[in-house]
Amino acid sequence: MIKRVFALALIVVVAFFVFPLFAGIGERTDLGPVATAYLEEGARALGAANLVTAVVVTYRGLDTLGEVTVLFAASAGVALVFGTLARRSQVERRRRPPSELLETGASLLLPIIATFGVFVFVHGHLTPGGGFQGGVVVASGVLLSFLGGTLTHTPHRLLGALETVAGAGYVAIGLLGIWLAAGFLDPRFLPSGEIGSLFSGGAIPLIYVLVGVKVGAELSGVIDAMRHRSDVS
Amino acid sequence: MTQGLIILSFALMAIGMWGLMSRRHLIRIIIGFSLVDTGVHLLLVAVGYRESGTAPIVSDRLPLELLARRGVDPVPSALVLTAIVIGLAVTALMLSFAVRMYQRTRSIYIDKNKELRW
Amino acid sequence: MMLVFLAVIGVMMVIAAFVALYSRDVVGAIVAAGVVSLLASLLYLVFGAPDVAMTEAAIGSALTTVVFLFAWSRIREIASHGERRDEEVPE
Repeated sequence: MIKRVFALALIVVVAFFVFPLFAGIGERTDLGPVATAYLEEGARALGAANLVTAVVVTYRGLDTLGEVTVLFAASAGVALVFGTLARRSQVERRRRPPSELLETGASLLLPIIATFGVFVFVHGHLTPGGGFQGGVVVASGVLLSFLGGTLTHTPHRLLGALETVAGAGYVAIGLLGIWLAAGFLDPRFLPSGEIGSLFSGGAIPLIYVLVGVKVGAELSGVIDAMRHRSDVS
Repeated sequence: MTQGLIILSFALMAIGMWGLMSRRHLIRIIIGFSLVDTGVHLLLVAVGYRESGTAPIVSDRLPLELLARRGVDPVPSALVLTAIVIGLAVTALMLSFAVRMYQRTRSIYIDKNKELRW
Repeated sequence: MMLVFLAVIGVMMVIAAFVALYSRDVVGAIVAAGVVSLLASLLYLVFGAPDVAMTEAAIGSALTTVVFLFAWSRIREIASHGERRDEEVPE
């Protein structure tokens, strides 16, 4: 009973914080000075057609580095918890093999999904999408191959190597920005090219590809740690 | 339009918080958390929206000159983008703790766990 | 027109959220939580954030649901065998 009263009180407090936003924002047509500056200058200064990508990779690039670190910590935590779990429970039920439909469908769709994932993170600066979305698409392809039985043993060493190389490359490109351009994670040390072409935006596509590889490898690791395994001892 | 989205996001946050506090089943508590997550993301997108705005991406329909007058705020979009990915990892971490808790206490109901009484 | 769309999607989201918290069946609750995310991704698309819509559709409604189902089947597996201390198998 006291818990429910407490919950209602908490909801009222949140309402108290949300109401000024609701009353003050109205139907606005103009944006704040920072957003206007990004929209006016961003595309021309960086050569990236997708402004969201420009903000994620460049203007708030340090935040993105932090978020990738949080992602790494969380996936390491999942692997830690489930790693000990797999060793403790000795009795493992034999899994039913995947049906023929799932098996054939998975092996048919897998190359298409992987290609689409790579497409999404290579074109992150031109169209909606980018490293995070592409990495997730690749991870769902890995999930499908686990379910369909295409991939029976997890390539732990490959995943670890990809993660390490992508993370180190991300920081290295950031440091190159200090050395060759204006500051950390400044992508303008490569020619910015023409807006809308594939090779544009300086180092933005390069950084986003590395983010995509890292996110894909980490989420594949999370999925692999959480699924049932009949092959672990 | 924007105000409607703010009301909806508050409704989702309230339902999620209610579930977080009043449910006893571990999985449902985590579902409540993910509902709060979705509500906060919707609130951020609503804050970045402008009337009849469009995605801030240069294309044939939206040339460079019109961008500052038509495009929505890119900063909340960027924040929500990364927050969703982090949300998945945090949810997975919570679920793995839930599995461990079940393994220890053999009960999916949180109030059966004597160590967490308050 | 847009307001009607927002209202319809919003009502569906609220109903799905209540189903996710109150349905008897845990798998049904997990799927209802995925439905909330999928409808949210439609709203992001309408509100000028296609990047967010893609992420939410891929993560919120696909991978999160799968991760929940994996964890639930792990719990069921621990419940069905292994040493028993307290005879409580979740429904």
